[in-house]
Amino acid sequence: MIKNLGIVETKQITCFEPPNHLTLKSGLTLGPITIAYETYGKLNSDKSNAILICHALSGDAHAAGLHKNDKKPGWWDNMIGPGKAFDTDKYFIICSNVLGGCKGTTGPSSINPDTKKPYGLSFPVVTIKDMVVVQKTLIDYLNIQKLHAVAGGSMGGMQVLKWSILYPKMINSAIVIATNTGHTAQQIAFHEVGRQAIMTDPNWNNGNYYDKKPPSTGIGLARMVGHITYMSDESMGKKFGRQLINKQRVGFDFSQDFQVESYLKYRGDTFVQRFDANSYLYISKALDYFNLSEEKSLEEVFQNVKSSFLVITFTSDWLYPTHQLKSMIKALKINDIDVSSCEIKSSYGHDSFLIEIDGQSDLIRNFLRKTTK
Amino acid sequence: MTSRLDYEIIAELINPNARVLDLGCGTGELLCLLKKRKNVHGAGIEIDEQAIHQSIEKGLTVVHGDVDTELLDYSSKRFDYVILYESLQQVLHPEKVILESLRVGKKVIVGIPNFCHINGRFQVFFRGNVPITKELPDQWYDTPNLRFLSIKDFQSFCNRHKIKIEKKRALSRNQEIVFWPNLFAHVGIFVLSKN
Repeated sequence: MIKNLGIVETKQITCFEPPNHLTLKSGLTLGPITIAYETYGKLNSDKSNAILICHALSGDAHAAGLHKNDKKPGWWDNMIGPGKAFDTDKYFIICSNVLGGCKGTTGPSSINPDTKKPYGLSFPVVTIKDMVVVQKTLIDYLNIQKLHAVAGGSMGGMQVLKWSILYPKMINSAIVIATNTGHTAQQIAFHEVGRQAIMTDPNWNNGNYYDKKPPSTGIGLARMVGHITYMSDESMGKKFGRQLINKQRVGFDFSQDFQVESYLKYRGDTFVQRFDANSYLYISKALDYFNLSEEKSLEEVFQNVKSSFLVITFTSDWLYPTHQLKSMIKALKINDIDVSSCEIKSSYGHDSFLIEIDGQSDLIRNFLRKTTK
Repeated sequence: MTSRLDYEIIAELINPNARVLDLGCGTGELLCLLKKRKNVHGAGIEIDEQAIHQSIEKGLTVVHGDVDTELLDYSSKRFDYVILYESLQQVLHPEKVILESLRVGKKVIVGIPNFCHINGRFQVFFRGNVPITKELPDQWYDTPNLRFLSIKDFQSFCNRHKIKIEKKRALSRNQEIVFWPNLFAHVGIFVLSKN
């Protein structure tokens, strides 16, 4: 029987305190920075069993287990725990909220110590690289010299790639799921629709809404668009088809007719309660700026990479389709890097990495065992 | 694992500690045996998702993809051996795949089913049927094989392309065949090289 983690809690550390600061990729500086993180399992005596999990756009440090008085477990609870793919009986799992987030790590909704008010748009634009540099600070704080693995899907996968390039000697293996080496025009386009939805909401008020009504309509819309890109034609068809909402026939008006409409609205409405609109702007921008081959070819980018790779994609993921990672796999092969890949058959679209558990678990469990030295 | 003479022969043909690429590695049995016997550093390419799961379960490195295209990604002479065992007859462009394999590997090991085995010839001659045998059990309409060739055909192919056959072995049902392999062997195994 698979056991669960039980009650877990989010911890925080603060770093880059004066006189220190973090110089971001943009050249701007930021500090102090608070990092929210959770850990599961036990770090072994030689500190060789740590695995860092990186979350996606709307994720947070709460990857697994339950928070006290909470019914819903962390976002990857079906993958992390005793006997699961990331087996907490064997590994020490770490997950932290990204820089720019709104779940405990410093972001636009945090209080700027200089003004004693939320940063809002005065928060500097951050990149995937900046997020990884902050995670590295946490790993240093935990006194871990080498991670057994770094793993993540979607934006989490981008952080994994950046880890492998920035700190090649610090990671044994990289698990890269449903992601890309650089955002394409289509991926940027969808994000821009989401950002425009937020920024054209009058309540957004140039990012100053923390003491007023938040731009709920805007971020709700952004989430609706996002959610469409996370599903697939097939998964929407199976889940909703053309089913109507409590009616026998369409209303011949502009009220909601179809179940898919109310589902998206519900997704948008619930997102408002748990996510900050400015964080959505900053993080989606970080994704759009992500491009590993902006200065060098992918072959050159991966030249000094040391870790083994496991690359997982899904057949119905049209947001980050398998073919977009082919050039990365090629670059890894040319650099003589140990790379395994698998495209898992699934109908859940991009969300497969959160839903398609069995196939992923098999691959990850065996890959982690192989790379255990 | 039951012992398979064909796998044992391939293991004999390979030098210890070699770097090996197995094209169409299936569930990874051959690669696994080569790792145990010869301590090879190997990787596989495989198209079938379930087979990949099984290969990775064995601790192997496998890339999911088409042999025809995945092979193009590797730099020249990257491997000591490229293996095309029981997969050549299923690739879309065998000529291209063999020549690319000879670019990527210093040597190429090819294993082919011999469609001109005596049993098959009997069936063609007396019954007028395309042969269905224990080794080639599929009907013409559901066979995964795209190419039908004999040991002799393969040798002429190599001559035509100036590919050197360094070694050749032949076997039939766990028995090595020395005489008249094109008539009595079900499988031909070749070690190829090209300057």
